[in-house]
Amino acid sequence: MYCKLTLLVHITSAALATTQVLRIHVESEDHIQALKELEEDVDSVLDFWSHGFSTERPIDIRVPHTNLSAVKDFLKKNNVPFTVMINNVQELLEREKAEMVSNAKMERSTKSFNFAAYHDLETLYSFMDTLVASHPNLITKVHIGNSYENRPMYALKFSTGGVSRPAIWVDAGIHSREWVTQASAIASNYGVDPSVTSLLGQMDIYLMIVTNPDGYVFTHTNNRMWRKTRSVNSGSSCRGVDPNRNWDAGFGGPGASKDPCSESYHGPYANSEVEVKNVVDLIMGHGNFKSFISIHSYSQLLMYPYGYTCTDIPDKSELHSVGTAAIKELTSLYNTIYQVGSICKIIYQASGGSIDWTYNIGIKYSFAFELRDTGYYGFLLPANQIIPTAEETWLGLKYIMEYVCNHPY
Amino acid sequence: MLCAHWSRLRRVSSRSCCATALRSTHSSTRLSSSPERIMKTFCSVWLLLSVVELSPAQEPPLPETAEDMASTGDLEPTHYPARRAAQVALHYLNTRHGSPFRVFGLQQVHKASAEDVEAGGRKYKLDFSVTDWASGSAGPALRCSADVLFPRTERHSAPDVKLRCEALQQINRTVQEEEAFYQKHIPPDSAVSARDIPDSYGNMSEEMQPFWRLARVAASFIMLRESSENTEFNMVQMASVTQQESSEEQLMLEFVVLLHDLPSQEIVQWKLLASWSPDRGVRVLQTEWQPRCPHATKPPN
Repeated sequence: MYCKLTLLVHITSAALATTQVLRIHVESEDHIQALKELEEDVDSVLDFWSHGFSTERPIDIRVPHTNLSAVKDFLKKNNVPFTVMINNVQELLEREKAEMVSNAKMERSTKSFNFAAYHDLETLYSFMDTLVASHPNLITKVHIGNSYENRPMYALKFSTGGVSRPAIWVDAGIHSREWVTQASAIASNYGVDPSVTSLLGQMDIYLMIVTNPDGYVFTHTNNRMWRKTRSVNSGSSCRGVDPNRNWDAGFGGPGASKDPCSESYHGPYANSEVEVKNVVDLIMGHGNFKSFISIHSYSQLLMYPYGYTCTDIPDKSELHSVGTAAIKELTSLYNTIYQVGSICKIIYQASGGSIDWTYNIGIKYSFAFELRDTGYYGFLLPANQIIPTAEETWLGLKYIMEYVCNHPY
Repeated sequence: MLCAHWSRLRRVSSRSCCATALRSTHSSTRLSSSPERIMKTFCSVWLLLSVVELSPAQEPPLPETAEDMASTGDLEPTHYPARRAAQVALHYLNTRHGSPFRVFGLQQVHKASAEDVEAGGRKYKLDFSVTDWASGSAGPALRCSADVLFPRTERHSAPDVKLRCEALQQINRTVQEEEAFYQKHIPPDSAVSARDIPDSYGNMSEEMQPFWRLARVAASFIMLRESSENTEFNMVQMASVTQQESSEEQLMLEFVVLLHDLPSQEIVQWKLLASWSPDRGVRVLQTEWQPRCPHATKPPN
């Protein structure tokens, strides 16, 4: 099974003699063992560019010229497939040196990004750029507009082509204190899930990792418990509007507050918040979204519309059974228990919510997640739970996405 | 000062608004008044039309009040009315049986029902399971049943809980850990103090965990007292702990805790003084609500 050709070469100061970087696709435990042997044997000389050996990711080793033949012999003897750039290295290097060094940095940084930690906005944005640069044929960064305090709002678009393909929207961090949501959204890029490939052959995925950047920055600089946007409310010393009470669905009804100082203040009118308006404009402008999924924390729930009323939606049966099946996938990983139901019945009546609006404009598969936990740590979920949360949530998300893909409408 | 007064007003007024809304739905006979019947018919017809047309691009349903959720009889165990009542029972359980090494969490509600009572309140009957949060969700579950009575009074008064959990006395008592913790901190020179546990990143040292659990248990007294059918409280952070001089062989701890109420999404700050010993358990001696001006940033140190 041949590995992807990626050319990573390093030049020593002595002109002609070159080091090579071997890219190895590990396929079995035996391969892993062989590499471990290699690492132990000549570890001071070989430079392993990857942390940990697994069959999930290729492993790059920079090998000095003097050790090249010994290392290659060892790999061949153990049937470990590898690729290397061989001919006219010098010449090629002169031409491609700058690009490769920069690619190498990208590769290293995508693999060295610490998904098991909470990061500030700048770090998340910079990692988004890294992702885009290392997957230029798959991921683009869509600038959907700016926040109240003029920060750019970016969605990552995953697409294998086509024109305005039917699409799935996933957003995280609309409520800034729900840190596990932004962290899980970015961690969903850890490792490539091959089963998504077929879905991406037919649909696009839009992933908005930080939907409320002003709030997110504020949770780092001033108040970890900040939830809302940071807009100025005229006539009040209190700032911010609850961005999930500001959508045009039952706006201003029960389950949202008229008080600007309240955590659930709905704002002066629907879509008053630029953060909300930017998403609305994108969705409307695109015109072909088939699913809209909003990620929150905490409570361990998977919900469908409505929040603004407890009346069942027409598609209740279907959405309830999709939700139930998605939760079954999620729970299968770490036994994390979730409940499924409409927002109004399972958590509280809340008006002006995003998935109520999207459902009412015809995006049938509208869901909201509340991730870990159930109140022990609440918003302050320890970082060591980010990856497990992301992994299990991904299973639930994937089920929904595949269902959407298999049920066009 | 002005901020404190205004905050209290907002809190009280929103609570009395909720109470008024619920009271008025109660006084009308449910489901049989004309406006309600017309509304139900309208909704059914609309739903039928929507199903036939296979497109929800109709006039969306008019928002209702929360009256359907306050129904009498069997309750859906996964829906919030049952869950809120169960959380109240949990707060009660923690005040009685919580310790630096034991905090209980709700695992699942199995069955629930509610009915109005003569004195003017609502009583919930619950069948649910709890786990020891300290040992993770993998820990064994305890089956409990509880009656939770939410009184309907002009001013808020605490719910009343009657609770039975099977095998409560038989669960692994953390006697040794409690004794060791007590001995370590009872000497006069012990002066523990810490802030922001866990920190913004969810970090909490081993050493701080028993203090955090004590804060959680002490906070349960407040959460129990402040609960109604319209609240669902959790402690999101122990903002500070300051050990006071021991008294009567009790560890004396002053806590500031941040509570989160799910329905309103508000963060509420309380200062409290609590005592603990392995023999007497947790007792809360003083509590003080600390209004936070929402427009302010960090509280001054």
